[in-house]
Amino acid sequence: MIRLEKRPEPSRAVSLATPVLAVLATMFFGGLLFMILGKPPIQSILTIFWEPLFGEFAFYYRPQLLIKGAPLVLIAIGLSLGFKAGIWNIGAEGQYIMGALFGAGLGLAFYPLDAWYIFPLMVLAGAFGGWLWAMIPAFLKVRFGTNEILVSLMLVYVAEQFLASMSLGLLKNPEGFGFPGSRNLQQYDAAFNAELIEGSGMHWGVVAALIAVIFAYVLLTKHRLGFAIRVTGEAPRAAKFSGVNPMRLILFCMGMSGLLAGLAGMFEVAGPAGQVTIDFNVGYGFTAIIVAFLGRLHPIGILLAGGLMALTYIGGDIAQSNLGLPAAAIQVFQGMLLFFLLALDMFTNYRLRFGRSAEAV
Amino acid sequence: MDLSVINPLLFIAGFLVAATPLIFAAMGELVVEKSGVLNLGVEGMMITGAICGFAVAVETGSPLLGFVAAAIGGALLSLLFAFLTQITLANQVASGLALTLFGLGISALLGQSYVGVKPPRLGDINFGPLTDIPVIGPILFTHDIILYLGIALVAATWAVLKFTRAGLILRAVGESHDAAHALGYKVVRIRTMAIMFGGACAGIGGAYISLIRVPQWTEGMTAGVGWIALALVVFASWKPWRLLLGAYLFGGITQLQLNLQGAGVAIPVEYLAMSPYVITIVVLVILSRDKSAAPASLGRNFHASS
Repeated sequence: MIRLEKRPEPSRAVSLATPVLAVLATMFFGGLLFMILGKPPIQSILTIFWEPLFGEFAFYYRPQLLIKGAPLVLIAIGLSLGFKAGIWNIGAEGQYIMGALFGAGLGLAFYPLDAWYIFPLMVLAGAFGGWLWAMIPAFLKVRFGTNEILVSLMLVYVAEQFLASMSLGLLKNPEGFGFPGSRNLQQYDAAFNAELIEGSGMHWGVVAALIAVIFAYVLLTKHRLGFAIRVTGEAPRAAKFSGVNPMRLILFCMGMSGLLAGLAGMFEVAGPAGQVTIDFNVGYGFTAIIVAFLGRLHPIGILLAGGLMALTYIGGDIAQSNLGLPAAAIQVFQGMLLFFLLALDMFTNYRLRFGRSAEAV
Repeated sequence: MDLSVINPLLFIAGFLVAATPLIFAAMGELVVEKSGVLNLGVEGMMITGAICGFAVAVETGSPLLGFVAAAIGGALLSLLFAFLTQITLANQVASGLALTLFGLGISALLGQSYVGVKPPRLGDINFGPLTDIPVIGPILFTHDIILYLGIALVAATWAVLKFTRAGLILRAVGESHDAAHALGYKVVRIRTMAIMFGGACAGIGGAYISLIRVPQWTEGMTAGVGWIALALVVFASWKPWRLLLGAYLFGGITQLQLNLQGAGVAIPVEYLAMSPYVITIVVLVILSRDKSAAPASLGRNFHASS
């Protein structure tokens, strides 16, 4: 008979091994899925994971890795702070949209002025927009005890409608021949989040993501606040006794994740996307949840997980055009990854025992 | 703007239809939460039910078979959640989110060849002369069987929870899983059954959107109804009849904003479309002071060793 037995201490080794195992399991079952869809399984998996890095056109895809990875890492770092403390901001997609709208809106307000301070101001506006949107659920949670999961999620739908309204109305390009969408910020130098090194994919968002990783690492390992976050997640009662103020923690974690999501949106709209359009958001805010868990809510882990998830996006695109793999298959693939991760996580806290245990007679 | 285009009778009949997906999904979730489990995957189960029901209805030509398939699809997907939270003891919030993300993906995958297809129509029940009663007739007696089933579901759930032994056991598991376990009840088995019931209900709710309310298939068409259903359970303080009331309230708001869009009110369409979500937040705020009605073990995992 197989039983679960609680480990006296969570296993660190297993905790580090589960993401790798989860990826392998996902590759296997993802391959099966692709086979059912009538695609060659091994070739599909190779196209997703190998082609972008080492294939014939890798020189084109590698920069994409930074472009797609940066927003994921940026958002996931913010989310991980809250998740660690049991504060569930799952509306990052909305905060991402609001960051983009605030950032782009400010930039477009200055058009066609050419001044050095426009881009930095846009960064601030983007961060503020995301922060503001996250402060709504945070404030309601602190003030009224409202469930932050539901509120932050409802606000995603509100933000999406707001985005639609803006790209069809206020921010619409007056010289756009009536097409929906704003002016292209890529053609407005003072507001353009250009590549720092030509052809590298390295833009300010990537820099911000790296800074966020370092910041989160220092915060969690060296700072009192990081201690408060960790202890609240592991033992909320103990946290109270050690003088942690849960209200301030909620405001900080939600605000921080909103701020980072807003930044991600702003860098995206001012750079790779270029334009405020109805469907400019592609679900990074939700995928970042997977990234945060896959990275074990640890800054370095998130950096790696963000890279991996970016790979599945790029590889998925390639598989879509080369093998005709449907875009939704990649979404299923990413969802699967989270499933395996959560399931395998059991072995961090429990181990399997075969046969009867001594005390159970 | 011309408000006279809104026909009050059609409006009321319309909001009964708009409320039905919510009734099913929220009723299922209410039972799940009564057993002490928080399943945030309602949206994922609904959208999966929506496509399963749609596909089967189109292939077989029978909308009722579609609803059966939707219930099975939703229940199967919820089984994944049950496995994660009951067997591998994964975090319920994370597992529910995973279920939603996965459900959105799998439904998009399954639904590729059904975009733009028209599903077979489920006819209204023939009430004979009752339909001709002025005012009441067109409002109450011009609907399909699923809508009435939704109301019956509320009554049945209420009765089972309140008057039967099964309901008592379910509530005991939700209030204190340790005590229920000590009394010899199979906590994991009971919760798994509750989760599957919730999945089946969410599936039917989803199919009601794709087969009757809209009726067609588009990716992500449930558009947050699953999340509103979750909010509705809190709104109802875990009470079935209050849930029905809440569902009609939200159905009314949804229908009203659609009607206002049609009537060409001076408010931009996007802001009208926002309103159900904003109102959900407002209602959550007003009602979130009182948490005493929540099952005591809600969201906590159970393992016999601890």
